[in-house]
Amino acid sequence: MKSLESILEEKDNLLSIYFTCGYPKLDDTTKVISELEKSGVDFIEVGLPYSDPLADGPTIQDSSQKSLANGINLDIVFDQLMSIKDSNKTPLVLMGYLNQMLKYGEDKFCQKVIDCGINTVILPDLPMVEYENHYKDLFDKYGITNVFLITPHTSEERIYKIDNYTNSFIYVVASASITGAKGEISNNQIAYFERIKNMNLKSKLIVGFGISDKQTFNTACNYANGAIIGSAFIKNLGVNGVSGIKDFISPIIS
Amino acid sequence: MKLKTSRTKYNMKSKFQPDKNGYFGQFGGAFIPELLYPNVKELEDNYIQIIESKEFQDEYKSLLKDYVGRPTPLYYAKRLSEKYAAHIYLKREDLNHTGAHKVNNTIGQILIAQKLGKTKIIAETGAGQHGVATATVCALMGLDCTVFMGEKDIERQAPNVARMKMLGAKVVAATSGSKTLKDATNEAIRYWIQNPETFYLIGSVVGPHPHPDMVARLQAVISEEMKWQLKEKTGKENPDTIIACVGGGSNAAGAFYHYMDEHEVELIAVEAAGLGVNSGESAATSQLGEVGIIHGSKTILMQDDYGQIVEPYSISAGLDYPGVGPLHAFLYESKRAKFMNATDAEALEAAYELTKIEGIIPALETAHALAVLPKLDFKENQVVVINLSGRGDKDLETYIKHLKE
Repeated sequence: MKSLESILEEKDNLLSIYFTCGYPKLDDTTKVISELEKSGVDFIEVGLPYSDPLADGPTIQDSSQKSLANGINLDIVFDQLMSIKDSNKTPLVLMGYLNQMLKYGEDKFCQKVIDCGINTVILPDLPMVEYENHYKDLFDKYGITNVFLITPHTSEERIYKIDNYTNSFIYVVASASITGAKGEISNNQIAYFERIKNMNLKSKLIVGFGISDKQTFNTACNYANGAIIGSAFIKNLGVNGVSGIKDFISPIIS
Repeated sequence: MKLKTSRTKYNMKSKFQPDKNGYFGQFGGAFIPELLYPNVKELEDNYIQIIESKEFQDEYKSLLKDYVGRPTPLYYAKRLSEKYAAHIYLKREDLNHTGAHKVNNTIGQILIAQKLGKTKIIAETGAGQHGVATATVCALMGLDCTVFMGEKDIERQAPNVARMKMLGAKVVAATSGSKTLKDATNEAIRYWIQNPETFYLIGSVVGPHPHPDMVARLQAVISEEMKWQLKEKTGKENPDTIIACVGGGSNAAGAFYHYMDEHEVELIAVEAAGLGVNSGESAATSQLGEVGIIHGSKTILMQDDYGQIVEPYSISAGLDYPGVGPLHAFLYESKRAKFMNATDAEALEAAYELTKIEGIIPALETAHALAVLPKLDFKENQVVVINLSGRGDKDLETYIKHLKE
């Protein structure tokens, strides 16, 4: 597996795809990753299905429910990821909710993540103060990087602090919304992207939430190093299955 | 009778008060997505100052007196006392406007929302009591109100849905997950993320800090009144025992609040055991839960081996919550409160008993608190206060159905 850091350094207009493990079928996790790699995606966000995903909209909620009904759990996910550790070259980022790590055992979770060749996690309900007081030391111990989210309402002072803590990229949440919000990128959002870009942060910027197609992807890339598509991809996956992945990705990166 | 505001000791230093990060021992905190940070921070920076201000206290106490009907009576239940050989007092929160203790909190929070310049209010509700109490204060203040309610609960609690609509609230069905209180809360939080200008008027001592502490402070009026009422009736401010039911835990927090540091007072929290603690159909969180994070706070939580939140069950829609407020998790862990539980059947029995011998039809939630009376051994002249958190009008259908059986 290539390192996420090297990809972030080498390339611009990075396309990342979020998908839910174990969806639409339990054993689709590795197939989705393999198809995304073949389709030329730069890095992949591996979503851990959660019963109560507070930051997620209906599409990801629904895929999570179905995956849980398929019988997914963290042990199965780690087994699946372990099985492709050597074959997969595309960097993976793990995205889940804090309670999953807490219940699994924080050290055990971190060790498994590293064992799977992953070193970057996104935990949307891990606030900065908890990171500072507890998780920074834990993650440092295992060499894991935490990705922080910033939003249109995050203060500059806080953004500089986040920049300072960041070893990979800052997740720029495109609007005050949960995942899967629709529509074009507004002038207000552009102004926000410009404001962040002009802060000249040391970290790379990746935009997510509400990025759904070539147009929104390109717009985001004008102001950041890349963007993440989640709900739109999940929707397509639900309808067209793993075999439809290439047709979804091609027009975006063409 | 006048309210004695001077008794409120909001600054008391106690291990039962949250620390600066909102922790009661290991429980609490604010585990929220970055999107909610500015909102929660604004509230955190202002809520104590607002609550302690004379302006707020004057308005709050005046509304509680003239609009809600406080102080609520502390009633000596003579026949119940005879039956259980103790001196049993009922704190009559059921006599509040809208029929439960919930309105103490909504009156307080609506005033806080106004001070923060918020005009749009959102709330979650299970059985509909908090939804009605929120819709009521929004009507009173002329504010826009949206209540999230599980699709299943909307079907089960039609009269309260109609009440909310009559009061001018918009009722939004939560169709995700199990379609009950947990999911209504998720939907309220998701809406809040997308509409950061709204004020989330949370209904219990749950959620991210400072919500649990804010709600506890606003419900503390219950034990504040108990102190001087007991003094008048028994000569002493302190009872031997206080009993309250716990779902999220707001009525218990209010009934315990001014007694938490007075260790001679026994505090009993009663959870809903549903069909039995180990039946797989239960909401006895302290017995079945483990440390976890729900709705922005670290607490005791019913979950599976992988941290997926488990759906609880109780006959009472107000107690079927998979978590418990962080203060209660701490009261449980530190053994300051004794946690007991009552099954559906025991709660129904207790409700019929109170109705027959005292002429009071309690809410199903409250009936759980009454249901532990047969399980307790009282010493001679033991003074027991039961927080009668709500009235049973909303549960008549259930009561009638089970009475026939």
